[in-house]
Amino acid sequence: MSDSLLQFRNISKSYYGNSVLANINFDVRKGEIHALIGENGAGKSTLMNILFGMPVITGTGGYEGDVLIDGEKISFKSPHEAMYAGIGMVHQEFMLIPGYSITENIKINREITTPNPVSRIFGKRLETLDMASMNADARKALDKLDMNIEEFTQVAGLPVGHMQFVEIAREIDKTGIKILVFDEPTAVLTESEAQNLLAAVKRLAAKGIGIIFISHRLDEIISVADRVTILRDGELVATKDIKDTNAVEIAALMIGRKVAIDRVQSDRRRISDEIILSLKDLHVGMPGEMVRGIDLDIRKGEIVGIGGLAGQGKLGIANGIMGTYPARGDVVFNGKPMILGDPRAAMASGMGFVSEDRKGVGLLLNESIELNIAFTAMQVGNKFLKQGGPFRFQDDDGIRKHALKMIKDLDIRCESPVQHAGSLSGGNQQKVCVARALTQDPVFLFVSEPTRGIDIGAKKLILDLLLKLNEEEGMTIVMTSSELAELRSICDRIVIVCEGKVEGVLPPDASDAEFGLMMSGSRGGKTEDSPERSADHG
Amino acid sequence: MAEMNGNGNNLARASRNLLGDIGLPTVIIAVFWVLTLVAGHFVGISMSTLVSDTIKRAGMNGILVLAMVPAIQSGTGPNFALPIGIVCGLLGLVTAIEMDLTGMTWLLTSFALALPLAAAVGYGYGKLMNAVKGSEMTIATYTGFSIVALMCLAWLMIPFRNPKMGWFIGKGLRETIQLDAVGGAQILNNFLLFTVGDVIVPTGLLLTFAFFAFLVWLFFRSKLGIAISAGGINPKFAQAAGLNIDRNRVLANVVSTILGAIGIIVYSQSYGYAQLYTAPLMMAFPAVAAILIGGATASRAKVSHVVIGVVLFQGLLTTALPVANEIFVGTDLSEIMRMIIQNGIILYALTQVKRGVQ
Repeated sequence: MSDSLLQFRNISKSYYGNSVLANINFDVRKGEIHALIGENGAGKSTLMNILFGMPVITGTGGYEGDVLIDGEKISFKSPHEAMYAGIGMVHQEFMLIPGYSITENIKINREITTPNPVSRIFGKRLETLDMASMNADARKALDKLDMNIEEFTQVAGLPVGHMQFVEIAREIDKTGIKILVFDEPTAVLTESEAQNLLAAVKRLAAKGIGIIFISHRLDEIISVADRVTILRDGELVATKDIKDTNAVEIAALMIGRKVAIDRVQSDRRRISDEIILSLKDLHVGMPGEMVRGIDLDIRKGEIVGIGGLAGQGKLGIANGIMGTYPARGDVVFNGKPMILGDPRAAMASGMGFVSEDRKGVGLLLNESIELNIAFTAMQVGNKFLKQGGPFRFQDDDGIRKHALKMIKDLDIRCESPVQHAGSLSGGNQQKVCVARALTQDPVFLFVSEPTRGIDIGAKKLILDLLLKLNEEEGMTIVMTSSELAELRSICDRIVIVCEGKVEGVLPPDASDAEFGLMMSGSRGGKTEDSPERSADHG
Repeated sequence: MAEMNGNGNNLARASRNLLGDIGLPTVIIAVFWVLTLVAGHFVGISMSTLVSDTIKRAGMNGILVLAMVPAIQSGTGPNFALPIGIVCGLLGLVTAIEMDLTGMTWLLTSFALALPLAAAVGYGYGKLMNAVKGSEMTIATYTGFSIVALMCLAWLMIPFRNPKMGWFIGKGLRETIQLDAVGGAQILNNFLLFTVGDVIVPTGLLLTFAFFAFLVWLFFRSKLGIAISAGGINPKFAQAAGLNIDRNRVLANVVSTILGAIGIIVYSQSYGYAQLYTAPLMMAFPAVAAILIGGATASRAKVSHVVIGVVLFQGLLTTALPVANEIFVGTDLSEIMRMIIQNGIILYALTQVKRGVQ
């Protein structure tokens, strides 16, 4: 183990009793590219936060286990200390100052200075910048990356790919850089830019720098890495040499069989051939969840799952159709074209929406359960109202009666219908959200992340409820979720969204590997450049 | 035994909830008020005068404080631009004087003239608030200041000829217009006025306040009112429910401005004078302070907050002044004390503006 540059030994971390990493053993050798892969929430970021001594770790009671660099035990108190010890990170989102030149960005806070009369009196902070040597240093760093751009160019206006390189140049300019972490470096790059970057990463490794390469693109990992470590649910599943494995195996290991939620099936379901919702080239401008041209048909009576990794656009679909984010494209619902961007019209046409943002969009936390349940039906459907002069007032009795019925039907555990929604547990809050959507009598229901932050018992209840609605009311349901296991448990088919587009559609009993490959967008090898993506970030 | 424990817990929880419901600032100001009352008693100030004054001042300021409720509920924050509504009310009031009306006719005409004006101006102000989302409070404050400055010119140039409100020489309106002249002073206060011992109860004034408070309470139970509050509490929620938040914010500010206009007319008749020029400049602050002390936050306000707040704030002011006068007798300190106390309360209330719901 003498050639190990960096070692994690038995690392465990829990946040407030919630274990997020358990017994991780992981090492990076000199000159090695070690890929780290795992679904969202698998623990990749936590591991990196531990390495960098981020406040989020130190402020929550630290971690268990040891981190060793060159065989010596270290424990960074802040990212600054990590930086001085020779660890660098290339961020997914660029941390560059647009109005500064490349040199200035590379040298920021590490400027080379010469003393002058003023600084002799007032201290080091007022020394003159030695632009010549700074430029020379920047040139050296850029040359290492084979980047022939002038070092005095302003960062603003550079193509996205070049900005990424400036970011890398800044890291390698730091003297004594030993370990460099790349966090999804190609996520915002076009295909050709990504190729350049991967080549640069290889060159850096050849100079003896240890590289941790975090990515969910399997093809990239296969082509660039020496070894790969797969994390799943805070546990290390396997570390493999790339030459001994392949994309299919990595994908299967990444997904794995989670705590299985039994698949319930019944013969009372009625799926007709009639298409209730048809999407053509749907684009949604939801920040962080961009949808870039989805085509999808949904049949009446179906339960369709939408899966995919975070940030790939799966959440944007429902939000775009329901009008909470700007959208364009052709959407036909029940034979009638929909006007996008109008939540009221969407709901009036018979659609219901349970938002993924339960506390933000889903509930009025400081209002009563009954108002939360009745609110939308009252405002959009004009239910629960009494005429009183020029105004229409809420019908307290009607609301109470309906709320009590919903509380009973959905088994919402609460003290009374006037209890504030914010004081309920996550699962019961979710049921209130579902109850509100149901109060509008929808024929079609979008449910996004229905079990996020809910304990396992409550998860089952919510899923059973959705299945029951589908069975008994014939309600068409589109469920968006990051948890593949729950999609597999009730959906008829699962649409995997990757990079804002439909990557493919799988039956719920497809193999783990198929899901894994599709979620990482490595099926059929994509070659097309997508200029629109760089436009989004540029 | 277990039952007893249960009761004990319930009691403890109930008292905690009560404190949580009322809010610490409210309790602090209330305690401070009681202390000044006790001090007042010891320096020999007539309690019945203090109580009468408190009732009167609470009644005359009540509707101005009420104007805060729609603005806060809609999410634009306390209406620091209350002077906009106030000048609309004053304009209605002086126009009614110019029409040579007196008594109840004068009062009702003032309302009738001020209302459409305030509605129109409030609409524009609401549009402005939508254009400056995120910095409503600052912009509102300076909008109020600007309107007052603009109206200083208007009061001078307005071509009204009625000698009851003109300067003795030159053109324009006087700074202070006596409402005796139109039979309007205390016209509401004196309606069904009665006394309990030495305490004077201005029934008409209180009834007017109660009537408008009831209207506002009712409004926020209507479909529209609920939609407006939802937009204020959680804009994302309201948007997802298909509500037009911007339109609701404009509507709420129209209602707020109208209440400001009505409020100043009620205030003026009780005071006995209509004050023009720079008098409305600072009037938003006591109103904002009162509702905050009553337990409202920058995003949540109820009619009960108005009632509690205006009684506490005006009660403290009316009590603290004579007490300060007695204690600092023979000096000029009393006016300074008034400034310190009033602005101190306002400052304290404003520090509570962001306080979340417990």
